[in-house]
Amino acid sequence: MTMKRRTVLAGLAGTTAAAALGMPALAGKGKVKAGYIYVGPVGDGGWSYQHDQGRKAVEAAYGDKVETSYVESVPEGADAERVMTQMALSGHDIIFATSFGYMDAVQNVAKKFPNVKFEHATGYKRAPNVATYSSRFYEGRAVIGTIAGMVTRSNKIGYIASYPIPEVIRGINSAFIHARKKNPDVEFKIVWVFTWFDPSKEADAAKALIEQGCDVIMQHTDSTAPMAIAEKAGITAFGQASDMRAFGPNAQATAIIDNWAPYYVDRVGKVLGGTWKSEDTWGGIASGMVAFAPFNENLPAEVKAAARKMIDDIKSGAYHPFTGPLNKQDGTPWLKPGEVADDGTLLGMNFYVEGIEGTIPS
Amino acid sequence: MDLSAIDPLVLLASLMVAATPIMLAGIGELVVEKSGVLNLGVEGMMITGAICGFAIAVETGSPALGFLAAAAGGAVLALVFGILTQFLLSNQVATGLALTLFGLGLSALIGQSYIGIKPPHFDPLDIPLLKDLPVLGPVLFRHDVIVYLALGLVVAVWWFLNRSRAGLVLRAIGENHDAAHALGYKVMRMRMLAIVFGGALAGLGGAYISLVRVPQWTEGMTAGAGWIALALVVFASWRPLRLALGAWLFGGITVLQLNLQAAGVAIPIQYLSMSPYIATILVLAFLSSRSGRAALDAPASLGKPFHASS
Repeated sequence: MTMKRRTVLAGLAGTTAAAALGMPALAGKGKVKAGYIYVGPVGDGGWSYQHDQGRKAVEAAYGDKVETSYVESVPEGADAERVMTQMALSGHDIIFATSFGYMDAVQNVAKKFPNVKFEHATGYKRAPNVATYSSRFYEGRAVIGTIAGMVTRSNKIGYIASYPIPEVIRGINSAFIHARKKNPDVEFKIVWVFTWFDPSKEADAAKALIEQGCDVIMQHTDSTAPMAIAEKAGITAFGQASDMRAFGPNAQATAIIDNWAPYYVDRVGKVLGGTWKSEDTWGGIASGMVAFAPFNENLPAEVKAAARKMIDDIKSGAYHPFTGPLNKQDGTPWLKPGEVADDGTLLGMNFYVEGIEGTIPS
Repeated sequence: MDLSAIDPLVLLASLMVAATPIMLAGIGELVVEKSGVLNLGVEGMMITGAICGFAIAVETGSPALGFLAAAAGGAVLALVFGILTQFLLSNQVATGLALTLFGLGLSALIGQSYIGIKPPHFDPLDIPLLKDLPVLGPVLFRHDVIVYLALGLVVAVWWFLNRSRAGLVLRAIGENHDAAHALGYKVMRMRMLAIVFGGALAGLGGAYISLVRVPQWTEGMTAGAGWIALALVVFASWRPLRLALGAWLFGGITVLQLNLQAAGVAIPIQYLSMSPYIATILVLAFLSSRSGRAALDAPASLGKPFHASS
């Protein structure tokens, strides 16, 4: 937030100066300026860090033909709108907004700048100049659910959830379904922290879950704090968004890694080539968007084998993590045996599957 | 729902830990504000303390030295604020905000090479006999030294402000710096000392987060704790003992709601999470009325610039 805003401001000043001097705007796309806004600091070791790795991949791929900038720790809301407006004014051709909560801000700014291309991560609102992209994290959750169900001894799995949005609920359901498949006695304790990044609160949540008997912790928040707490407590945890092994060399069974680099390189390339258009991308294990950190050596061989099989089956398309028979939490049927959930239902998922206790906060 | 899963003793013990960073930063800021200076840079000083403490603890292997370095780091940053606002008469609000932004950037810079490193273990004190007391033992007597230091500082600040001559002078300066100056008290010196003290405590509070509560370094890891500490001072209406209560309340609500959720209790989380802020807003609204301001004892010269010539 601090350092890079200046770059944006400098860029803004530069553009104004160019306009004042009567320099014509370049029609062709000999050079593309790509901007990124992150919800957390680039050094969060998780979500934002991983997006920034993607940004660096774009720079590496196109060298002089591309210029990138980023603004970190941008709150979801009015601030995001201001930052994106500054980026659009300072001559960015494409702006990547990398958090769900930027959705309406993206729409508002995109309306004002029809010639600037916007890409919104994990959202569902599109426009002629707004594309959306996301990753099928639930495929990764199916894998870590499988591992969690097999390694837990207390049968209590703690889940640190951020906001009650479909993406997070989908992850909880997927992890739960696959933990239960391996271990019918497993129960989930879910804690909503209502933040993407607050190491203290995430650490406190992990401690509360461990104090109440959980011996496996999953997180859908961005910091590495839960991993550090799990390491200290000597239990198992899963890296979120990025490989968090450094923070939990013994605790991290594996990590779901968000690999945005190929997508970012592809999209910026399309801007360079003039073939960019608004579309929706939802990649998973098969397309490489969802990747995994190496399995921890301390995992039993049969656990590793089961996890690897799950990865292979999802990758080959032989298995979909949401395959019936599945009931909703209240017992009403959702998917018939063998039926696979459609993307529409998954994208708007607002219910727990049968077996999860508790209610989703509104 | 399984309330029996919550051990009230463990809960109270984690409440003490959760309250410590904001208690330290809050009590420091309280002294600063009592002297009539408004330093909004608490967040920046905390995060600087967090990385200074972390870095030195890692390099030397001694958490104690880490905490000392954290206090020094926070104090140095506060000194910059002091020089700018007291000698160069810059606007306190703007300078404080700038200090927060500066601290966040500086800490990210220093912290580059400390990401993913584990700090040395900081053990709780081993207090014989007391720690084995039923109920009180686990809640009160199995913490690390910083928890007790925070409580001790609250009492010390209360004593200093209400029972010592220097504290009386500090309060006089905070109420009316012109009158205090006319009486021959060193307004600038007292304020600089208060600012540096506040910075040191904010640094300590930050290091408590990076060395004990989370233990790791992550950019921006204080995540608004400094702002809570500022709210806490207002909430406590500038009274040290009330500040300690407020810290337990603010910290306690967080820990309690997380534990209730883990136990499967259906609670309106959003309301609980926002309650400390609502309380602060109410206090602020009350404070903005003339009678409220007097009733709450806000230092009368708070945030006003002072120059001996005026």
